[in-house]
Formats: sequence, C-alpha cells, structure tokens
Amino acid sequence: MIDLVDVSKTYSKGQPAVKNANLHIEKGEFVFIVGNSGSGKSTLIKLLMKELDASSGTVMVDGINLRNMKRRQVAKYRRKLGVVFQDFRLLKDRNVYENVAFAQRVIGRPTRVIRKRVPEMLTLVGLAEKYKARPRELSGGEQQRVALARALVNRPDILLADEPTGNLDPQNATEIMRLLEEINDRGTTVVVVTHNKEIVNAMKKRVVAMRKGVIISDEQEGEYHYED
Amino acid sequence: MRISTIVYELKQGFKNIARNWMFSLASIVTMAACIFIFGIFYSIVTNVNHIVKSVEEDVPITVLFEENVGKEVIEDVGRRIKARPEVLDVKFVSADEAWETFRDQYFGESKDAAEGFQDDNPLANSANYEVYVKEIERQGSLVEYVEGLEGVREVRQSEGAAKTLGSFNRLVALISIAIIAILLIVAIFLISNTISTGITIRREEIGIMKLIGATDLFVRTPFLLEGIILGLIGAGIPLAALFVMYNQVISRILEKFQVLDGILQFVPASQVFRVLLPVSLALGMGIGFFGSLFTTRKHLKV
Repeated sequence: MIDLVDVSKTYSKGQPAVKNANLHIEKGEFVFIVGNSGSGKSTLIKLLMKELDASSGTVMVDGINLRNMKRRQVAKYRRKLGVVFQDFRLLKDRNVYENVAFAQRVIGRPTRVIRKRVPEMLTLVGLAEKYKARPRELSGGEQQRVALARALVNRPDILLADEPTGNLDPQNATEIMRLLEEINDRGTTVVVVTHNKEIVNAMKKRVVAMRKGVIISDEQEGEYHYED
Repeated sequence: MRISTIVYELKQGFKNIARNWMFSLASIVTMAACIFIFGIFYSIVTNVNHIVKSVEEDVPITVLFEENVGKEVIEDVGRRIKARPEVLDVKFVSADEAWETFRDQYFGESKDAAEGFQDDNPLANSANYEVYVKEIERQGSLVEYVEGLEGVREVRQSEGAAKTLGSFNRLVALISIAIIAILLIVAIFLISNTISTGITIRREEIGIMKLIGATDLFVRTPFLLEGIILGLIGAGIPLAALFVMYNQVISRILEKFQVLDGILQFVPASQVFRVLLPVSLALGMGIGFFGSLFTTRKHLKV
C-alpha cells in the first residue's frame, strides 16, 4: 500500500528532515511512527499527503508514484486519504454535522448521500447526539472525534493521524486510539504519528522509530523505548 | 458539477460577501460609479450620434444648375446622382418651389412684401436637386463627383453642423473612455483586494479543503462567484438609477430649453437600455470574474 524507497527531504536551508527512509506498509496495517520533536515523522506524513515533495527517492501509495503526479491529480489522490491533526482543524463557524458533511461536500457528494453518511459516522465516533454543537462547545476529545468522523466519512483507504492525542488527556487519548483500532479492524490502513509512549506501548502494534530524520528501527508489536 | 454543489458554492459566495462586507461594499460602490459614468457617457454618445444622424438625413446637399440648362441635362444629372451608393434620397426642387419655400421662410407673416415680385421669380435659376446622403463622412466624395457633372453650376454642402456634432461626439467618447478606463482599473483592484481579504479570512478552511481532496475549481468557485455577484450588484444599482433618471433628465432639458423641442430628437430610454443593460451587466460580471480569477490564481496554491 505504501512504499518509501530511499526517500530524503531537505528544506531550503539546513539538515535533511528525512534521510534515506525506506518503509513498506501493507494494506490494512496499523503502524505507529514515533520519535521526538524534529525526528522527521511529521515530514513523513506530509510527504504521504503530497503536501511536500521528496527531495530524492520514491514515494509510492497504492501503486501511484507521487513524484510523477500532476497538480490536478492531487485532489483525487487525497480522497484516498483521511487525515487527522493534533489541533483538530475543525471549522469553528460550523456545527459538528456541517464539519463532517464538509468533507463530503468538498468532493461533490450529493446531498442525499451526505444525509445518510454523516449520521453514520457521527454514530461511529459516539457524537450523534451532539450534531448541532459548535466546536467550542466540545471537549478536546470530542473535537478529535469530530475530526476523525470527517476523515472517515469519505471512506478512505488510508488514515493518516498526526499526533492525534497530542492535545488530549489520557482517558480521551485512549478512547481515540480505541476508535482508530476499530477503524483499522474494518480494513483501513492506519498510520499514526505520535510521541505518546503509554499509548504506543499499550497497543502492541508495529512501531517505526525515527531520530534526526533517519528510521532507526521498525518492529512488529514494538514498544516506544527510544530516547534522544 | 452537481446542482447541490453549485448551490453550496453559491451560498459560500454570498457568505464571503457578508463576512467581508466592508471591502465588498467598497467594491460595489466603485463598480457602481464606473458603470454609472459609463451609462451617462453612453447615453450622451448615443443621443449625439442620433442627432448627427438626423442632421445627416435632414440637411441635404443642394445641386444648382448653370443658366438655361435643358431638362434632359437636369434629368441626366438626377439619374447619375441617384445611382451613387452613398445617396439616400434625391428630391428635385423646381425654381417655383424654391421661391415658395424662400417666400414662406423669409417673408412669413408679411407676405405683402413678397407681392412686389408678382410673377417675376427672383430665383428663376434656382431649380435644384436636394440630395440626402447616408453618412456625413461620404458627403465629400459625392460633392466632388457631382461638381464634375455637366450642367452643374454649384454644389452647396451643409455639413458644418453635422461635423461639429461629430467632433463633439468623438470628444465625449474619448473622455468617457479615459474616465472609464481609470475607474475599471480601480474596480478591478478593489475587487481583487476584496477577494484577497476573503482568501486570507478563509485560509484555514481552504487548507482543510485542499487536504481532504477539494479540486482547485471547487476552492476557487465561491470566490469567482463572489466577484461575479459583486460585479452584478455594482452594475445593477446604477442601471436602475440611470433608467429612472434618463427620462426625467430629457424632459427637464426640453422643459428648460423649449427652443430645442422639435429640433432635437432624443433616443427613447428603451432603445438606450437595449444595449446599455447587457453591456453594463457583462462589464460588471467580467470585471468581477477576472478580478477574482487573477487573485485566486495568485493566492490559492495550497
């Protein structure tokens, strides 16, 4: 599903953010990418989202080489992905329903589909009752669940989560991870970038560790035991 | 694009205007000023053109003959003039008709003064053709041609008034083009600024849109619609005002300058607006569309 071959990314000045990364992720896998700040894990996610282009190497997703992708094909490619961020990135002037529906609207789904799909997603993340609430009326955990519903409503093949529990208390963080696991059980490939040791160690999933842009380990049912 | 998506995009366009209402208002006012001035100048130019046209049609060239020219020669000259493509109409005026017209015009109420001439027509050699041309610009070549015909003594032109009006019209057109050009640039700049501010306000939303798979067209459409809506509102307001004002101004002019009544034929509002309405709306839409197109192209590379 995801193949990185000798991928490096260097920003205009300074050290490479990702250096010669090689990574293969199978369809339906659940993978943690761990590391401290500046380890290059978020850059890796941005490369997968085609928000950034690799300076060298090949990034392949679902058989598509992202380097060869034309600008007008990027939108279609991103529909294969669901993305969740640490800061939720919800639209503050819209309610829960509208935030989730927004993802469907953006890709041109008809209203009747939106009316069916959005409540399903809100039920999945346990927020069906709060569909009218605005983001500011929700807790951090609830906001992240809305973001998760928005990421999933278009039924993506891959879910990319960049520090999804970074702004959450342990209880909410555990709840979000439980949801991600449930989504993975339904067949979606899940890639989670995090530096939350407790969560990683509790989940017993594949762990790819990065330090200063380099992948330093890749373990099935791994643990987060790396320090700078 | 689905109808539901178009409706959604349209709503977003209106929302953008409301969120950013101060800039939107400034854009509308500038656009309105632009179209208003355009409308005024267009109305003036159309009316002056109309008057020039009627002068061209009403004021003929007079072709006078040499003394004692035979009827055959006069008829031959008439045939030759009629055959010319620039000629609209040719009317023969006999010496008696010429005298009658002169007598009516100059002696008017004191017809007794003309009685002294009795049957002695002082304009005995004034039989002539009144030639009406299609366009005043082609009068010169016709006059040149007619002057070369056998039996023609003199050709009198009456192009002075028409030429003066034509020059005035060109001057009005040039001034209006200059003013409109300046205002168009200001309107495009303001619309571009409005759209640019809208993009800044919605930057986060646009970023999210792009990351979840929105096409460039989907992201741009509300801004393009916003530009078009601003342009249409900016054009619609002055058009409505001009329509109301047009007839009032004309009746005021005729009321104040009664001497002009019957001389000047103004173009009816319906005729002016048949052109002014679609042109102004297209202009407003075009400025709005292109103003926002350039701006979105510049700022929406996420």
